[in-house]
Amino acid sequence: MVAKEFVQMRRDRLTFAMLIGIPLLQTVLFGYAINSDPRHLPLAVLSGDNSPFSRSLIAAMQTSSYFDLVRTLSSRGEADRALDLGEVQFVLTIPEGFGRSLLRGERPVLLLEADATDPGATSGALTAFRALAVRALARDLSGPPSSLLPGEDPVTVRVHAQYNPEAVTRYNIVPGLMGTILTLTLVMITALAITRERERGTMENLLTTPVRPLEVMLGKIVPYILVGYLQMGLILLAARYLFDVPFHGSVVLVLLLSVFFIAANLTVGVTISTLVRNQLQALQLSVFFFLPSLLLSGFMFPFRGMPEWAQAVGSVLPLTHYLRIVRGVLLKGNGVAEALVHLWPIAAFWLAVIGIGLKRFRRTLD
Amino acid sequence: MADPVIDVSGVTKSFGGRTVVDRLDMRVERGEIYGFLGPNGSGKTTFIRMLCGLLRPDAGGGTCLGYDILTEGDRIKPHVGYMAQRFSLYEDLTVRENLMFMASVYGVRRPRRVVAEIMERMELGRFSGILAGGLSGGWKQRLALAGCMLHEPRLLLLDEPTAGVDPGARREFWDQVHGLAAAGVTTLISTHYMDEAERCHRLAYIAYGRLLARGGVEELVAGSGLSTWLVKGPGAHEAKVRLEADERVEQVVAFGNTLHVSGPDAAAVERAAREAAGPGARVEPGETSLEEVFIQLMRGAVKP
Ligand SMILES: Nc1ncnc2c1ncn2[C@@H]1O[C@H](COP(=O)(O)OP(=O)(O)OP(=O)(O)O)[C@@H](O)[C@H]1O
Ligand SMILES: [Mg+2]
Repeated sequence: MVAKEFVQMRRDRLTFAMLIGIPLLQTVLFGYAINSDPRHLPLAVLSGDNSPFSRSLIAAMQTSSYFDLVRTLSSRGEADRALDLGEVQFVLTIPEGFGRSLLRGERPVLLLEADATDPGATSGALTAFRALAVRALARDLSGPPSSLLPGEDPVTVRVHAQYNPEAVTRYNIVPGLMGTILTLTLVMITALAITRERERGTMENLLTTPVRPLEVMLGKIVPYILVGYLQMGLILLAARYLFDVPFHGSVVLVLLLSVFFIAANLTVGVTISTLVRNQLQALQLSVFFFLPSLLLSGFMFPFRGMPEWAQAVGSVLPLTHYLRIVRGVLLKGNGVAEALVHLWPIAAFWLAVIGIGLKRFRRTLD
Repeated sequence: MADPVIDVSGVTKSFGGRTVVDRLDMRVERGEIYGFLGPNGSGKTTFIRMLCGLLRPDAGGGTCLGYDILTEGDRIKPHVGYMAQRFSLYEDLTVRENLMFMASVYGVRRPRRVVAEIMERMELGRFSGILAGGLSGGWKQRLALAGCMLHEPRLLLLDEPTAGVDPGARREFWDQVHGLAAAGVTTLISTHYMDEAERCHRLAYIAYGRLLARGGVEELVAGSGLSTWLVKGPGAHEAKVRLEADERVEQVVAFGNTLHVSGPDAAAVERAAREAAGPGARVEPGETSLEEVFIQLMRGAVKP
């Protein structure tokens, strides 16, 4: 029995490769991608002050390695948009005359707004910020202004965790879960459905009929798009009524935009089926696709906390962008315009996979 | 009638360096029932798959229904009914659902009526709502056959359609094939049954992917040059042992108490038969059957 099993294992190279590959991939991804204290988060500054104080404050923020200054903003509107789009994680607002009022001991207000849809991504930086700002300014101030009481900070640090003020992890997880579940089930379902046709011999019959490859593909995809929507409906209902996730944006918009994501995943399933010989292999390849989606999309770990290579891989995956769309619409109340930014990578991915699928789809049995 | 329905030549296919079909030619006329025979693994299924576009030949080519098999597969498919050796309809659909599916895939007009008719003709009516997976082997074959005839194909490619089908059903099946042939439908059929081979207009026999002989039944029998004598009566087993060692005899086959003794030289076979026959046994002239012809061909075939 044991010997037979090993012989069969050896015959099925792909399965064997997967048996080794999946744990390896998982370990590497987990090991390197996890970073529960993300650094180098993109920061934009909206400053009305040009004193040495604000400059050294920003310098100190960068030195802390929590923040990377990526933009200087000129208006409030720009700041909101940058946060909505997810271009930056933080916006620091330095009020007009900051330097002057600091010297006068008026304790001017420093406002740090964070995109806290994923509280895990920002909490470390937010905690560090307060101490950091006080320390940096105190150093420059060569002794506290006389008007301050001893022990009082020279500035008032205000921190706004936008979109998810109470830092409820659930709000972030539930929409993410929707994308993850869709990815897993849809890829697997189609990959298996088509491989099953080959394994059972029904493909032999189908290929001698006048149906075209595209028809076969669509025939496999369309029904499962509906399945995908059913799943989404259930998850959204659960999110709203069981987990009390606030919906700031339009659910209809989420549903509409999801069609690309669902189609992309189904096409991945179809393409997987053209690469494998049996259902077991189809299942394994599906998992092989699912794991990076799960680990590198920003669902499990904050996207910006991952090393660059992991971010690069993650940017290719549709789930990454889908998460941004769903979180953007549901938690930030984004509209079509903001969502479109994240839609085209999904569409591009989809087209690429369709291309591979059609090329690989064998119209013959050899 | 002038244009052959199948006209291919030099068709060759290898799998992993092993040639499975080797420069095979075939010409089948309209309305002909063409039998395709050969031992297991001789390449019959592979050849038929190449005709209907399931496999691409490595070399050779030709036409099917006047269309190029290499480039015009899409024009051939609508007119061909292919029945695979392995059951290839959906086991998790009912008989009727399977047939309706096939009808829609071929774009059959008035599918309900056509399906009802074919179920009636193939006596599948009482299984209409049963899952195909639950049918017995013979009924599955019938269902598969019904599935490939729905769209009134002009060419039927049947790969062992009657394997596991009972004699009564086989006879009905052959009556139908003959009926279709009379209506101008061409059939290429592979089989291992000799009685079925005899019901074909013409036959081709292949081994190791190469054509060994072809022609009508009588032609093949005559072409083999074999003569057969029958040894009837008691002592058949002892006679068989003796005849098998006899150089003048090529084949000895026992049918109950009768031995069929064949060899290339009629007189020599008769002498051998009379010498070997035990007391009380009779020796009579017999007819050489296709089976003996094919076994002779098979033995003569050189393994590549
Ligand atoms: N897809 C394939 N890959 C590799 N070898 C194959 C493939 N299909 C067929 N063969 C080989 O080609 C040879 C011919 O097979 P084929 O099925 O055509 O024989 P057949 O004449 O139909 O046999 P049978 O009477 O048993 O049905 C066999 O040795 C088989 O192992
Ligand atoms: Mg075969």
